[in-house]
Formats: sequence, C-alpha cells, structure tokens
Amino acid sequence: MIDRSVRTIRDDVASGRLSAVEVCRASLDRIESVNPTLNAFNHIAAERALARAAEVDRARAAGITLGPLAGVPVALKDNLCVRGMRTTASSRILDHFVPPYDATVVQRLETAGAVVVGKTNCDEFAMGSSNENSAYGPVRNPWATDRTPGGSSGGSAAAVASRSTAAALGSDTGGSIRQPASFCGVVGLKPTYGRVSRYGLLAFASSLDQIGPITRTAADAAVMLGVLAGPDPCDATASRQPVADYTSALTGDIKGLRVGVPRAFVTDGVGEGVRRAFDEALDRLKREGAALVDVDLPHARYAIPVYYLVATAEASSNLARYDGVRYGHRAKGKELLSLKEMYSRTRDEGFGAEVKRRIMLGTYVLSAGYYDAFYLKAQQVRTLLRQDYDAAFERVDVVAMPTSPTPPFRLGEKTDDPLQMYLADVFTVSANLAGLPAISVPCGFSDQLPIGLQLTGRLFDESTLLRVADAYQRVTDWHTRAPESA
Amino acid sequence: MASALTIADVERIAALSHLELTADEKELFRRQLADILAYAEQVQAIDTSGVPATAHVHARDGLERADEPRESLPLADALANAPDPAPDAGLFRVPRVIG
Repeated sequence: MIDRSVRTIRDDVASGRLSAVEVCRASLDRIESVNPTLNAFNHIAAERALARAAEVDRARAAGITLGPLAGVPVALKDNLCVRGMRTTASSRILDHFVPPYDATVVQRLETAGAVVVGKTNCDEFAMGSSNENSAYGPVRNPWATDRTPGGSSGGSAAAVASRSTAAALGSDTGGSIRQPASFCGVVGLKPTYGRVSRYGLLAFASSLDQIGPITRTAADAAVMLGVLAGPDPCDATASRQPVADYTSALTGDIKGLRVGVPRAFVTDGVGEGVRRAFDEALDRLKREGAALVDVDLPHARYAIPVYYLVATAEASSNLARYDGVRYGHRAKGKELLSLKEMYSRTRDEGFGAEVKRRIMLGTYVLSAGYYDAFYLKAQQVRTLLRQDYDAAFERVDVVAMPTSPTPPFRLGEKTDDPLQMYLADVFTVSANLAGLPAISVPCGFSDQLPIGLQLTGRLFDESTLLRVADAYQRVTDWHTRAPESA
Repeated sequence: MASALTIADVERIAALSHLELTADEKELFRRQLADILAYAEQVQAIDTSGVPATAHVHARDGLERADEPRESLPLADALANAPDPAPDAGLFRVPRVIG
C-alpha cells in the first residue's frame, strides 16, 4: 500500500477499494517504523489524521463527490501553520508555538480531501542545505543514514522517499525543495514566485520563498500543484494568472522541445557521477525527440553571492518579529531584565548559529555604508541574471542543469564551514532570484546515492516542466527504486 | 573592508540585530562573516551602471483586494501564544520601559 501514488490512492479511496482510514493507518505505521532512524518528523498528528480520514470515508458513504486528494496522506514542512498543531520551524524560539490559523495551502489541501499526518523536520527557519541546522537534530538520508537528506525541506523529502507519505509540502527559497528531492531520489517542484500563496508560511526571504510539492512522480506533482496554485486575498503576491490544467499537460510527448544546456556554467565542482547521470539524462531527452541547445547564463556564477546577500537581508528583517513579546520563547533572568536585554537574550537563546549568522550578515549588508556596495549591487546583478534567462528562453523551452553539484554528502562534512555549505546551492538559487519555476527529477545514482536533474522553465510555465519531467519518468525507472531503509 | 572585520564591527552588528553574543560566538562570527563577505565582494567587479535593482519579481496582477472590513483574530487567540500575557487587559506584558 505504501508504494501507491497520490493518484492511485485518490482513485482507490474514491472507488471504495480502500478506505481513507486504512490508507492513513498504513502511512502512520510506516512513519512509526522508519522515523526513529530518519528523524523526518517533528510532530506526528495521528489522532487528528485518523479523524480527518474518517470524515473522507463518511463523505464517500454519503455520496458526496470527493476532492482530487481524497484520503491522500500528506506531510507538511514544519514552517507551515496548521491551526492548533504545534509549528516550530525547527527552532527553539518557536518550541511551543501553536498557530491560531491555517496556511492557505493547508486549507486548500484539506478542502481537496488530503489528510495531514504530521510536520516534517527542516533546517531552522528553512536556512540550510543539509537539515543539520534543526533544533531537533538532523534528518538522515533514507538511502544512506550517515548522509544528509539535503535541506532545508529534508524531512519532507525523506518522508516521501521512505514511503511514509506519497506527497509532502516543502518551501524553497534557494533550492530547499529541489536539493533535498535530488538527494532523496524524489521529485521536487518549486513553482513560479506568486503561483502559490505564502500566507501561513513562516517567512524567511519574502521575495524568494515559494511553497511546492515533493512527490515520487511528476504526475503526482501536477495533481498537487493544481490544488495548491491560485490567488489568495491573504497574500498580495499570489498571482491571478489562470491556473493551468497541469494533469492534462502530461502528454508524454516532448518531440521538438528545445532544452537549453548552460555548458560553461555546469563545470566547476561537478562530481563525476553527477556529470555522467546528467549527460545520460540529456541523451535520454534527445532520444525522446528533444533538441539540445547550448545557452549562456553569464551571470549565473554570481548567483550564490547575490542570493546570500539578498536572502540574508530579507531574513534579518523578517526575523525581527521573534522578540519574546507576542509568541515564542522569552528569556528569563534572575535579575530584572530591561526590554532591550530581554530582546537580545531571548534571541540569543532561541536562535541557532546559522540563523544568527544570517541575521548578522543581512543586518550588515543593509547597514549604513555597506548598503550600496552589497545589497543594492546584489539587486542589480539579480536584474542581469533575470535578463540572462529572458535571453535564453527566447531560444529554448527549458534550461537543464544538475540539481546539485554532488550526491548527498556526509552529515558533519560541511558544518564547520558555512561558505562551503552555501556553495552546495550553486545550481538552485538562480530560479529563486529570477522567480522562475524549476523541478528536480531523479536521473540516476552515483555509488547508490540519488542524483537529480533540474529543469527550469518560463514564468508560470509549470506545465512544460511537468510534461518534460513526466515524459522522462515514463521512459526511466529511477523513481521506482526504493531505499533499503524503506 | 570585509576581510578586516573586527570584533567591534561584530558587536555593532549584534547590537543592531538585538543579539547578545558570547565572546566565543563573536570571534567565530567575525571569522565566518569575513570569509562570506570576502567571497561576496566579487559582485562589486560587475558593471551595473544604469541597471535597475530587482527587489521582487511580482507578476503585479494579484496586488489588491476590496478594502472591506473583516473579522480579525480574536483577542484570546492572539494572546494564546504570548510568554507573558495579560488577558484581562487584553495586552502583552513586557519589562518596564519607563522608570
């Protein structure tokens, strides 16, 4: 039962072959058996999930038409608010936070019949590329438990890879859906900026953050995006662009598709195994009728510094709200603390090292004397990078790169050197800076460790990304392989 | 500039960030932030004269809704997560600011 796709579960529940409660129990059993090893979940909401599943079964018995996710167990990254369900962003500062409202994506999932089984572990406030910045300990990669599942949505990717759920939600500010999807051998989609409402997502960098699905197939990602996408009166950046019928876009046909390959960019630091898998994936697309076209993204090599200047500046502002007044941890002193002492001690006790580092960096680049040289400059280079993509998309339909320059690395390998950790995001941050949709799809293994192919598309053209990824999955079987721990 | 980041610089940034750091944290962050800033300095070599800044990539099509009054979060819910609420007054309690 645990290998079932989103679409199969929905159809089986709708036809009565399976009850939503049975499916939910199977998911909860699976979580119970693998989570002690993987640490993918911060919180398991068994009782609530079973009650929701029973509602789906009652609705079916009453002859009510079921939604597109009826009875489908879904895991949520722990930076998404669910009313009444502890939500921590894997931070001590929110250790006991219980949101008074639902994120829009949660409302949409539940209206479609999905059953939320729990909240997944992640890097603190989604800041990290290895899940090692969680206050609740790292998630372990289901394919090799001494390795990172990637980050920051590591728990969501590990949950889907370990067959704990068929789908999960992550958030992606610089690769946090795609890189863990790549590391765990599953599909991760970062939609266009504005395609999915961010209301109820604990903000990290507001001009870059986007919520998206993690699944095992592009076909399931299409179903999920169809539910998640659309305007929202609670988020002024949620677009009113019409939502496509993503499922009907999955024709399996990519004849004549033009795939851009930025060869000059995809060189430095790319491991041998990744390069081989990437080249074979391109070859496969070509055999399916796609044309490979060389493209140049001259400013892509500046994407990492630009990203870490822009994202930390925005983070320093967004995280100013955690001050021990309205919610979250508050420092208690033996002596009477002044208001300012209370703020700074609360934040010192509540935030982990990486979050402090990013707040400090962002504060620095926004401060008098450094704003023009760092922050403004980064925003200008961001424009140049967008123009690079605009030029490329005049000649091609998608741009292909590896998702990550390396297979999943070992836990502890990069924790002493934040800059080395940042470089792991070299291929993913551009899509966020340019606002473009991008997907990671499994494309092979290197020493039994999963590799991901990343495709980036035009603004609001998720349909093409999903069509290409689905066509690729129809002729490959990487995504059907399950890790031994699963 | 960045590579010459001093402990005093770190203390200034920490104060602006409302972060109270230990001596060890100050030295660690001085070194790590200097490394990161030295790396980020490469953007300064790019010619950006006349290039507008990108602050966001909004589609600019979802920006406004009707300005109609709606129910807001009930007071009790808003106070439920507060570390030191004053529910009878409907307020958050903070350390004394005025002597």
